[in-house]
Amino acid sequence: MSAPVTTRSLPPADASRTARRGGRAPGGGARAWATRAPLMPALLFLIAVTQLPFVATLVISLFDWNSLAPGKRHFHGLSNYATVFTDSDMRDSVFTTILLTVTVVVASVVIGLLLALLLDRKFFGRGIVRTLLITPFLLVPVSAALLWKHVLYNPEYGLLNGAWSWVAGLFGDHTPAQPDWISNMPLTAVEIALVWQWTPFMMLILLAGLQSRPAETLEAARLDGAGPWQMFRFLTLPHLRRYLELGILLGSINVVQNFDAVFTITAGGLGTANLPYTIYETFYQAHEYGLASAAGVVVVIGTIIIATFALRVVSSLFTEEAGRA
Amino acid sequence: MTTLTTAGAPAPARSKGVRHAPHTRKARRKAAWIGLLAWIVGIVFCVPALWMLLTSFHSEPDAATNPPSIAAPLTLSGYKVFFGAGGGASPWPPLINSALSSVLSTALVLALALPAAYALSIKRVRKWTDVMFFFLSTKMLPVVAGLLPVYLFAKNTGLLDNVWLLVILYTSMNLPIAVWMMQSFLADVPVSIIEAAQVDGARLPTVLLRVVAPVAAPGIAATSLICFIFSWNELLFARVLTGVRAETAPVFLTGFVTSQGLFLAQLCAASVVVSLPVLAAGFAAQDKLVQGLSLGAVK
Repeated sequence: MSAPVTTRSLPPADASRTARRGGRAPGGGARAWATRAPLMPALLFLIAVTQLPFVATLVISLFDWNSLAPGKRHFHGLSNYATVFTDSDMRDSVFTTILLTVTVVVASVVIGLLLALLLDRKFFGRGIVRTLLITPFLLVPVSAALLWKHVLYNPEYGLLNGAWSWVAGLFGDHTPAQPDWISNMPLTAVEIALVWQWTPFMMLILLAGLQSRPAETLEAARLDGAGPWQMFRFLTLPHLRRYLELGILLGSINVVQNFDAVFTITAGGLGTANLPYTIYETFYQAHEYGLASAAGVVVVIGTIIIATFALRVVSSLFTEEAGRA
Repeated sequence: MTTLTTAGAPAPARSKGVRHAPHTRKARRKAAWIGLLAWIVGIVFCVPALWMLLTSFHSEPDAATNPPSIAAPLTLSGYKVFFGAGGGASPWPPLINSALSSVLSTALVLALALPAAYALSIKRVRKWTDVMFFFLSTKMLPVVAGLLPVYLFAKNTGLLDNVWLLVILYTSMNLPIAVWMMQSFLADVPVSIIEAAQVDGARLPTVLLRVVAPVAAPGIAATSLICFIFSWNELLFARVLTGVRAETAPVFLTGFVTSQGLFLAQLCAASVVVSLPVLAAGFAAQDKLVQGLSLGAVK
């Protein structure tokens, strides 16, 4: 579905790879099928398990179907879609999804880049620091969300308020402010927990990007008297472009689908319900099958748009910068 | 996307370790400061996870003090309660369900992805890039969009609350990632050794198992570990499609969402135990983690 989005970064058929094709006649009968055969099980499996349900979702989205009132199931045209965009809960969750995704991806890319720049230096124990930084990404998402909800944010015994009263106690303040983080800033609370988990992912991709910079070019620039900021701005950043695109693309696709953190930290309350959570609720608790399916289709379209924009916007930004430089 | 590694300058030399040696004392001092800064940042970033580990070894009253009791005596009581000492539900069935669904789906993914990757990187099918992007596009299809039909199908065929349903779904969830990863790993297998085996009359399964798999073993291992992690972590499918029998570890953990009272040590112990396989798999796959997570695009 999103093939046109990504095809522009297709791997080039370099000489050695083209050679691998061997002498196969185009569309040539039995031989072509023999080549295709190993691919078929995976392809058919994936079509059956991922494409058929989506077709079913498309069909169900056109029906008024509440499983609690099975007798009333009937064709409803596009009115479920109208509900998705007019119902205030649904509309809010569309905005929440966009806000959550953009905030988490942008923040984790920026922090990830800073961490990657730091880790690109040589220092004692770099491997250990790298491991420490990856750890949040390797916690089961539900445990990470529970950790933030109960162990860190809790207003009475959470680490955030606990550490604050300790620090305040050192300065003689024995009645420090003890905010209820989740109630005061529910969406930010979810975002912080997600940024913490996604930053290592961005860092790993950007660090790989930094380490693939050609040493000769860096050396030449240094000899020509380029300062650190100039080198970052005119060499590193353009080189990192594709890595940034990739991180943003993969991060967006994952965060837009986030369910675990919203479900665990706020249970979708206090205006944090994103589309995946709202769909889960519409179908699992309200049993509005038609409406849930229409919202599902909207998420798919949204994901395609994000994937397209993430690539286009970032790439045009950089082309512009390069043009000005 | 696989162009990433060749992007930039034609010279593929990596700058790793080619950095300026700190000649002067000033440069050396600067390097030391950066090292110190990196250590501080790394520890601060990891504090929540380290705190979770420490709290899991505290007693419940010590775990819930304000200000925090960092130096409280260590105990295993949180772990004992998590494993059922307090009379709660045993975590073993969910842990076993998670292990079963993750391991079986990973095995199925490998069985499907290895031949597919062979057809996409060694004996190339026509329009192989289109096929690759089809695989990737299924990964962009949000899980929620297919959840209801899968639920209805499972309900009508009696597959609800069955580990095998999760195995099938986790396989489909990880297959595109595995195909992309293995495609990039298999592209490094020299064609000559495959041709040699075929000249000797070896058939495809033999070629895959005896020739391709051993050469690509590190890549295949990394692929398996990453697929294992994603299956182990999955919550939404497991939450909707399982009940008492096939409940997985993440679903078991959601029992803590509304907990009240003294439960922090137990929660931390539970989080540590459930995250342990993922941490182990992640650290084991550390050198190939980036390549895997970026679907083979970054080497």
